[in-house]
Amino acid sequence: MAAKSTDKRFTKDHEWLVLDGDIVTVGITDHAQEQLGDIVFIELPEPEREVTAAEACAVVESVKAASDVYAPLSGRIAEINETIVEDPSIVNNDAEGEGWFFKMELENLADFEALMDQDAYDEYLESL
Amino acid sequence: MSPDVLAELTALEEADGFVRRHIGASAAEIAAMLSAIGAASLDDVAAKTVPGSIRSNQAMVLPPAIDEAGVLAELRGLADQNVVKKSLIGLGYHGTITPPVILRNVLENPGWYTAYTPYQAEIAQGRLEALVNFQTMICELTGMEIANASLLDEATAAAEAMAMAHALSKSKSDVIAIATDVHPQTRAVLATRAWPLGITLVDFAPGDTTAIAATAPFAVLLQYPGSTGALRDLTAEIAAAHAAKALALVSADPLSLALLTPPGQMGADVVVGSAQRFGVPMGFGGPHAGFMATRDSFKRSMPGRLVGVSVDTAGHPAMRLALQTREQHIRREKATSNICTAQVLLAVIAGFYAVWHGPTGLTRIARRVSLQARLLADCATRAGLRVRHDAFFDTILIETPDADALIARAVEAGFNLRRVDAGAVGIALDETLTRADLEALASVLGAKLSGTRGGVPDALVRRGAFLAQSVFSEHHAEHEMLRYLKRLEDKDVALNRSMIPLGSCTMKLNATAEMIPITWPEFASLHPFAPADQTRGIVTLIHRLEDWLKAVTGFAAVSLQPNAGSQGEYAGLLAIRAYQAARGQGHRDVCLIPSSAHGTNPASAAMAGLRVVVVACDKDGNVDLADLRAKVAQNADSLAALMVTYPSTHGVFEGAIRDICAAVHAVGGQVYMDGANMNAQLGLTSPALIGADVCHLNLHKTFCIPHGGGGPGVGPIGVAAHLAPHLPNHPLRDDAGPATGFGPVSAAPFGSALILPISYAYIRMMGADGLTRATEVAILNANYIAHRLRDHYPILYSGPGGMVAHECIIDCRHFQAEAGVMVEDIAKRLQDYGYHAPTMSWPVAGTLMIEPTESESKAEIDRFCEAMIAIRAEIAAVAAGTLDREDNPLKNAPHTAREVMAETWPHAYPRAQAAFPLPWVAAAKYWPPVKRVDNVYGDRNLICTCAPLEAYAQAAE
Repeated sequence: MAAKSTDKRFTKDHEWLVLDGDIVTVGITDHAQEQLGDIVFIELPEPEREVTAAEACAVVESVKAASDVYAPLSGRIAEINETIVEDPSIVNNDAEGEGWFFKMELENLADFEALMDQDAYDEYLESL
Repeated sequence: MSPDVLAELTALEEADGFVRRHIGASAAEIAAMLSAIGAASLDDVAAKTVPGSIRSNQAMVLPPAIDEAGVLAELRGLADQNVVKKSLIGLGYHGTITPPVILRNVLENPGWYTAYTPYQAEIAQGRLEALVNFQTMICELTGMEIANASLLDEATAAAEAMAMAHALSKSKSDVIAIATDVHPQTRAVLATRAWPLGITLVDFAPGDTTAIAATAPFAVLLQYPGSTGALRDLTAEIAAAHAAKALALVSADPLSLALLTPPGQMGADVVVGSAQRFGVPMGFGGPHAGFMATRDSFKRSMPGRLVGVSVDTAGHPAMRLALQTREQHIRREKATSNICTAQVLLAVIAGFYAVWHGPTGLTRIARRVSLQARLLADCATRAGLRVRHDAFFDTILIETPDADALIARAVEAGFNLRRVDAGAVGIALDETLTRADLEALASVLGAKLSGTRGGVPDALVRRGAFLAQSVFSEHHAEHEMLRYLKRLEDKDVALNRSMIPLGSCTMKLNATAEMIPITWPEFASLHPFAPADQTRGIVTLIHRLEDWLKAVTGFAAVSLQPNAGSQGEYAGLLAIRAYQAARGQGHRDVCLIPSSAHGTNPASAAMAGLRVVVVACDKDGNVDLADLRAKVAQNADSLAALMVTYPSTHGVFEGAIRDICAAVHAVGGQVYMDGANMNAQLGLTSPALIGADVCHLNLHKTFCIPHGGGGPGVGPIGVAAHLAPHLPNHPLRDDAGPATGFGPVSAAPFGSALILPISYAYIRMMGADGLTRATEVAILNANYIAHRLRDHYPILYSGPGGMVAHECIIDCRHFQAEAGVMVEDIAKRLQDYGYHAPTMSWPVAGTLMIEPTESESKAEIDRFCEAMIAIRAEIAAVAAGTLDREDNPLKNAPHTAREVMAETWPHAYPRAQAAFPLPWVAAAKYWPPVKRVDNVYGDRNLICTCAPLEAYAQAAE
């Protein structure tokens, strides 16, 4: 798992975001992959797609569950991680590192700051 | 004789003797179980379990019980009222010969027909292999990449394809273009499905590509060959569909595909059809295996069960159901379809038909029926009649000044022809026709039998080999086939081996006497659109069965058309929607569903165009009344229905059920009762009594139709009087439903009519008292199991008197922390004892739900309990450290013969403990054929056809 970072945020849908310049990298959290179990299939959005916050834009399936992954914020899909489509187990092994899903250009950088930081997310997990 | 001798004779005749043969426990065993649970009598059990407020105080009005001989005589009488002609009506139903080796060893064999859906893959390898054969056959015939292991019939398969295309198509259109030579019942079922989804049907003339372009549809549906028999190259129409960004759906006759260019090679996106003529009797309309094949890239949008090849933990090839996350039990209202139970037994038979005949045999049959058609076309021409189409496969359309006269002459000669209109008659040929039959048909047409080649244009003849996989060439000698069938059968656990205690699935006895009539030709050889004067016996049987189901549900009307429980749910919700629309309340579109509901409920609601609003449940799994009232109030003006299972999915008779129903009615909503747990109600209460307006019954649960290894099912609905005008009907048979009905949900007017004699025989042999006693014993058995296991496993839910209903849930969640043991480990360990696991992780994750039914003896129930208790001791040993936390009999279960008898035994516990954990296990050991199947590997490396099995094994090593 990646080290704690001040530039890392989380959503209640168990997605993580890391900001680098005006690009965020998005993936599902280690907690999410653990809940899903062995992931067998991932579908990612088309690059260049414009997405709005909370819009379903990717799919992740294990043998026991299928979940939509939602765009955490509004923006444009800049890049997708093809390697996890070929080998979904990467997400199980390193959800918050090599197992990233996509990168997006945010419409509004301030939206990012409003999301949960690591401490708030940890607290959120405790509350579940 | 004096009266006392007559009385004695009556007792000895034992008219209700079947009741004690159906109910497993003897009187002494019942007494022992009553005493164990502290109940005074069966009445006392019922009184303690079913709330007084909903107890029925009247006996069901049913005819008195008769025994096996009596019911067989009665059914023989009904069969004799049917008239069996050779039906050449076509429309997707054809005469076929069930190869005797398959008839006796599969269709009439409880080893195949009493098995459950293959969720426990390790003990279902036989039928899983048979289903891979079926999938392979469908892929090869259609020229597509992937096929599922059956849908309900051709028409619903086409409707599923429509829904799938609507979701997949890049077009924003809500219009589907349908060729006018699609079977009429298929079009009618599509119209039913389209209405709640906001889809419009537009017809176009076969071959009219301009019309396709002008319609701008999301999908185009074609029939191949056409319903009229006309055969044409579909390439241009498919290209026109693709140009309009529409998907091309083709409904095809699989036998024709042995001879013709497959639709896949013409660019089709989805191919559907019925495998009926592959050895499955017409049976007055069903059950038959519908099929669907599609592109690999669409596999995640494909409805229905799919069998995939994976490996077991030893690396050997092993099969299991794949990509289950598509299905309703996981995805609920977001599922691709509501289908669950399919037509496994019929798909198995159709697959074996292809194994038996092989590519050469299928081609021979296809060429033969095609030549028959050619000969009769020539006869008709020589007799001065016009044959409308030059290109055809096995069906010709003859123009005649007087269709009725020609049809009457044919009937007299022993044949049913299709009346297309007053001036046209269709004749569909099949493999059952002898040379004498053809000569008789020629003379009906007024000519001598002779002719020239033709019919199938050269351009449409299939090129290249098909069905080259070895299984389709190795079993053409009857001994080879007989042993292949036996080998597969022996891999599986079915009810002829041991109790299958699946909660919510009601795996009760499928008595032999109930099964015997279904292969009588007087039932099996009837075409669903045969003239009414030839089907009086079966229709009388159907109407009697409807009356009896009215009696047990307390409802005013019943429709037997839905051919699965999921179809019943869908039909019931449509009846509600049609009723509300008729009252100007068509805007009502909210369906309340408790969170504890089975996933099929929300999937059905979504198909009926309803928005699902979830109602919370309390910790006991009961509907949270406060939340229900709040949701009812919030949606008062838009509430269409509440769907509720009773007794609840947690196996409890909720005391508040009448209040729940009243709250929904108060704002104008309707109550749909899911009949999955009806086995706890019969004779004690009824859907009408609890306040429901409509319910479905699962005849394959409560009323003894066998599960067939995952189908067929029958899901009739019963409705209160105000909904009766809104039941399904059928365009090709007036007496199949009310004229005011909403249309058909199934291809055939009476659904899967062939298996209705099973439920008829059951009710007739039990009578009202017998059915009530069965309910009481089912509840007693569940409570006895709860009593025996209580000290070993926590029992999760029970009613106010501490009683469970007809099933009980045992909690296994704490074993993970104590011993690292998961509920799946317990399920797989049961296989070493020869048992199928109870329902696993439903309705609560980490639990087992046990339903013994009334048909198990106390001795069998005790054996099952001993196995559960022995497993509990092993868990304790792991927790105590006596057994290793990783290397123990639970984690390594199931154990195969190959493993136990191997040169080396690497485990820390003895071989005998692995294979013979209790003394009685060794006496009749069932050996699981594979170790635990790797689901993850299989879903990551999806293979759904049979060719690469060996290659696959090597790859895994």
